[in-house]
Amino acid sequence: MTTETKQIEELAKREYKWGFVSDIEADSAPPGLNEEIVAFISHKKDEPAWLLDWRIKAYRKWLAMDAPEWPNVHYPPIDYQKIVYYSAPKKKKQLASLDEVDPEVRKTFDKLGISLDEQKMLAGVVAVDAVIDSVSVATTFKSKLKELGVIFSSFSEAVKEHPDLIKKYLGSVVPYSDNFYATLNSAVFSDGSFCYIPKGVRCPMELSTYFRINAANTGQFERTLIVAEEGAYVSYLEGCTAPMRDENQLHAAVVELLALDRAQIKYSTVQNWYPGDEEGRGGIYNFVTKRGKCAGADSKISWTQVETGSAITWKYPSVVLQGDRSVGEFYSVALTTKRQQADTGTKMIHVGKDTKSTIVSKGISAGRGQNSYRGLVKIAKGAENARNFSQCDSLLIGQRCGAHTFPYIEVGNPTATVEHEASTSKVGEDQIFYCNQRGIDTENAVSMIVNGFCKEIFNELPMEFAVEAQKLLGISLEGSVG
Amino acid sequence: MRVLKEDPEALLSRFAAFESGLNGAKTAWAHELRRAGLGHARELGIPTTRNEEWRYTNVARLAKDAFELAAPAPVAPEALKPFGFSGLGGPRLVFVNGHFDAQLSSAGELPKGVVAESLKARIAAGDARVQAHLGRYARQAEHPFVALNTAFLLDGAFVFVPKGVQAEAPIHLLFVTTESAAPAVSHPRNLLVFEDGARAQVVEHYAGLSGGAYFTNAVTEAAVGAGANVDHTKLQQESLEATHIASAEIRLARDARYANHSISLGGKLTRNDVNAKLDGERVECTVNGFYIANAAQHVDNHTIVDHAQPHGRSYEVYKGVMDDEAVAVFNGKIFVRPGAQKTDAKQDNKHLLLSRAAEVQTKPQLEIFADDVKCTHGATVGQLDKNALFYLRARGIGRGEALRLLTLAFAEDVLKEIGHEALRADVAERVHRRMEATTALRSGA
Amino acid sequence: MLEIKNLQARIEGKQILKGLDLTINAGEVHAIMGPNGSGKSTLAQVLCGREEYEVTGGSATYLGKDLLELAPEERARAGVFLAFQYPVEIPGVGNTYFLRTALNAIRAHRGEEELDAMDFLELTRKKMKLLKMDESLLKRSVNEGFSGGEKKRNEIFQMAVLEPKLAILDETDSGLDIDALKIVADGVNSLRAPDRAILVVTHYQRLLDYIVPDFVHVLYQGRIIRSGGKELALELEAKGYADVEEQTAKAGG
Repeated sequence: MTTETKQIEELAKREYKWGFVSDIEADSAPPGLNEEIVAFISHKKDEPAWLLDWRIKAYRKWLAMDAPEWPNVHYPPIDYQKIVYYSAPKKKKQLASLDEVDPEVRKTFDKLGISLDEQKMLAGVVAVDAVIDSVSVATTFKSKLKELGVIFSSFSEAVKEHPDLIKKYLGSVVPYSDNFYATLNSAVFSDGSFCYIPKGVRCPMELSTYFRINAANTGQFERTLIVAEEGAYVSYLEGCTAPMRDENQLHAAVVELLALDRAQIKYSTVQNWYPGDEEGRGGIYNFVTKRGKCAGADSKISWTQVETGSAITWKYPSVVLQGDRSVGEFYSVALTTKRQQADTGTKMIHVGKDTKSTIVSKGISAGRGQNSYRGLVKIAKGAENARNFSQCDSLLIGQRCGAHTFPYIEVGNPTATVEHEASTSKVGEDQIFYCNQRGIDTENAVSMIVNGFCKEIFNELPMEFAVEAQKLLGISLEGSVG
Repeated sequence: MRVLKEDPEALLSRFAAFESGLNGAKTAWAHELRRAGLGHARELGIPTTRNEEWRYTNVARLAKDAFELAAPAPVAPEALKPFGFSGLGGPRLVFVNGHFDAQLSSAGELPKGVVAESLKARIAAGDARVQAHLGRYARQAEHPFVALNTAFLLDGAFVFVPKGVQAEAPIHLLFVTTESAAPAVSHPRNLLVFEDGARAQVVEHYAGLSGGAYFTNAVTEAAVGAGANVDHTKLQQESLEATHIASAEIRLARDARYANHSISLGGKLTRNDVNAKLDGERVECTVNGFYIANAAQHVDNHTIVDHAQPHGRSYEVYKGVMDDEAVAVFNGKIFVRPGAQKTDAKQDNKHLLLSRAAEVQTKPQLEIFADDVKCTHGATVGQLDKNALFYLRARGIGRGEALRLLTLAFAEDVLKEIGHEALRADVAERVHRRMEATTALRSGA
Repeated sequence: MLEIKNLQARIEGKQILKGLDLTINAGEVHAIMGPNGSGKSTLAQVLCGREEYEVTGGSATYLGKDLLELAPEERARAGVFLAFQYPVEIPGVGNTYFLRTALNAIRAHRGEEELDAMDFLELTRKKMKLLKMDESLLKRSVNEGFSGGEKKRNEIFQMAVLEPKLAILDETDSGLDIDALKIVADGVNSLRAPDRAILVVTHYQRLLDYIVPDFVHVLYQGRIIRSGGKELALELEAKGYADVEEQTAKAGG
């Protein structure tokens, strides 16, 4: 062991001293990251001591870690001491009416068919709370959930109201020491959501409308934890098709899903953060750790994602198939245009017997976008009769983009059947001409062909989300054709 | 990149000893190349599994074991019998422990102008064709073992087929290693040059004459001219204790047709790198491989098919059969560079697992930078078709023979592409015999 | 309706059309016949604006406008329809969705209101009966997994829905058995109208037994070398192209 690692180990073992000097009354922490800042965040959120300990452990671990270099993305090094890790949730600047909203943003709202009420909320014309209160559906929704024993709240709220559950499950799927960004998140996470479905309960509605409203202000280091007890079912929607702008360039979220015996979790994401301009200026770095654990027999976790935003996307929603006969699914559409870079895919770790996983990934590259699929299918020694099928298709539009496929397959059991297929193609000129000849212009033709290419994935999305996702794809591709 | 640095003193002193033994072979330009190789070797060291290219293949042991450079040794002609091919009719060049052995070699019939000789001899003779190509294609600055081979470059085969010449008979290059007291290393270096419109078949063949934990570190560079047609087979039958690391770097000019067949049957640890660059328009390239491994054998195949120019077509099939605790690693990269439009690339990697303890790590990889292309790849890992096995047994074929038949059928995709009929039959026969030595496929199993 | 004068076109440097003249009036059905490589399909593709073909001379005036100036979708919206020889498959795009998008683009161009899903469905049902098409084809992706005959029927079905002014049928008979041929021909005949012209491009006379043309033209080496009534098709059938070429050469020489 080198002296350097020894020092870090010792540092990590050291007891945390409660002597911080930062002004606890302040609304935001100064830029930079140290143990005091971590403690400041925890105190601001009035967290119990065990959670602070957990954050500090993560922080010390993080100090000894390096940012991953293996993803196929390129960006200047991030100065973690320049980031502000805590600021009190700011009220957005209230606008008098929708007329004050950036016309570009409004155009997109209209194209997506977002309701006026929701537009007002998303654009900051009215406060989020006001909308929640005024939308009666949200209120009835809440009482209905309560009746069933479903817990669905912000993470901070859950820490206060259900500390035992949080203590039991936090980090049980993504440990604080997991990887550079997840560990950073564990130290400084701002807020997020907690969802708990009790035994045998089938959550009667998509956790969507409510969340969509909440999601507007989730912040930079989001943390989500979903636990489905035996036989429970939940479908969860994250994100927003409306264009999301944020001053914070780095987003490092963590999502943990835990499914016990016969439980099913369906998690759908539409990500449309600001991608930066044509020259690659600005744009969000979206470095996310998402993992589900099928802990129980016959459980199922399904990830569906539509990724059109962010300057850089780095995420691999994964499933650990521990329970016998458990099922993992990953359906993904990733679109890169302008100078966007995406390195995304999944990991399916087969541990239990007769486990099954399906991966369908559709990558679309346009403009100067670079799109990489990176996936791991691992069949552990004891995973008898494990099955995996993977399909990764790439579509290229224009000559300056790139599509890359990096599937890792590790098989340690001879009864496994693993199949991987990948293809790369372009939007066919004959397809475009055929559409033109029927009166459809080229931009619409491309959008139509691309949507057709992604159809299998959209089929996995809840209905209204799928419709928006299709429109979103068309809007994202505007100007990248021809 | 994290690497294990070999004790620099040891590397330098071994190089010094090697250098002093060179005497007449110390041609200035060739020695420049060696010195550059030495520099890269010192810099690159021995890779660890933290290096993505070596993620699943641990070669740390090679940094520890002090391999002495293998010396020439007498070999009785009868000892080579098992490694002969019948009915090829071409020349055979034999190298013992990396050194050309004229006594064991035979000239065979070759059209006028075709050269198949010792590289060492051609360097000494000042052959300008050698100087023009040697070290031009191999990646000595990037690949640690190519760097090492270049530093210790001494002998190997030089094959030259002039413009438009059709050399029909396969040229057999046989590299054998004898038993030695201490672990020894040889660094065979081959240079194959095919001028425009030439046609040739080359068999690169590595074999162990006895057991022993020796180390073969081979590098082959091939330049294939415009419209040339080349069939290149590599058959590896090293000792089951040996380490075999080999790199082939192939450069293909426009309208060339080239096929590489890499068959690995021996070696405790095998690592093959085959890199084909389609450097002209309308190249057609086949990169195939078959391997069968049992006991604690580890077989790693890394391939790169690099489409650098438009209208290229490439076909790749790699298949492996793994028994006992054997481990297979496959990494197949297909690059389509900007501007390489109308590329059509296909890659397929299939593994059969015959035992509970066998493992496979595979990573078929596409990197595409041009939009008007067709690229597909597939990978499967599984067992033999149980229905087919049952069908054969129901027709009275014993289980062992049925398994061997199905395994041979599995290998057929790769074997059938070997251009020369007698050679193909001979290789298939060796594959069949190799099966007898594995647990699952043994007779009566 | 369409006046083609001295039309010349090439692809990949090869001259295919070498000065073609043709006039088509509303209500007429014209057939262009010719041996393989005579330029039949090139003519169809050029009229619809396929970019791979380069027009090197001549003109095509459609309803008083320069047809060659228009983008492919503008020609389509102006009422030019091509039934493709090889209809293209578009995976994942529903047949209905595709056709409704096309129809609404054309209607918008004509200043008509968009058809909603219900009205559209009613319209398509009616037209499908005409071509004896199975409704399940509507639910599938555009031409994906269709048999050769289904593809050709789908082309005529699209024509029936889009109601073009000038319909060009490119080798619509190829790959059809006699029953399918009759169904397709019936579909085409039902679309004959005083304000609509149809240009049938074919190698064989067979189709013209069912779609009886008003005029027949023989295309040879990029030019129309003979024109006549429907009896010309029969003459071609009886004597073959070689004979007609010879006669023409003699007459001309």
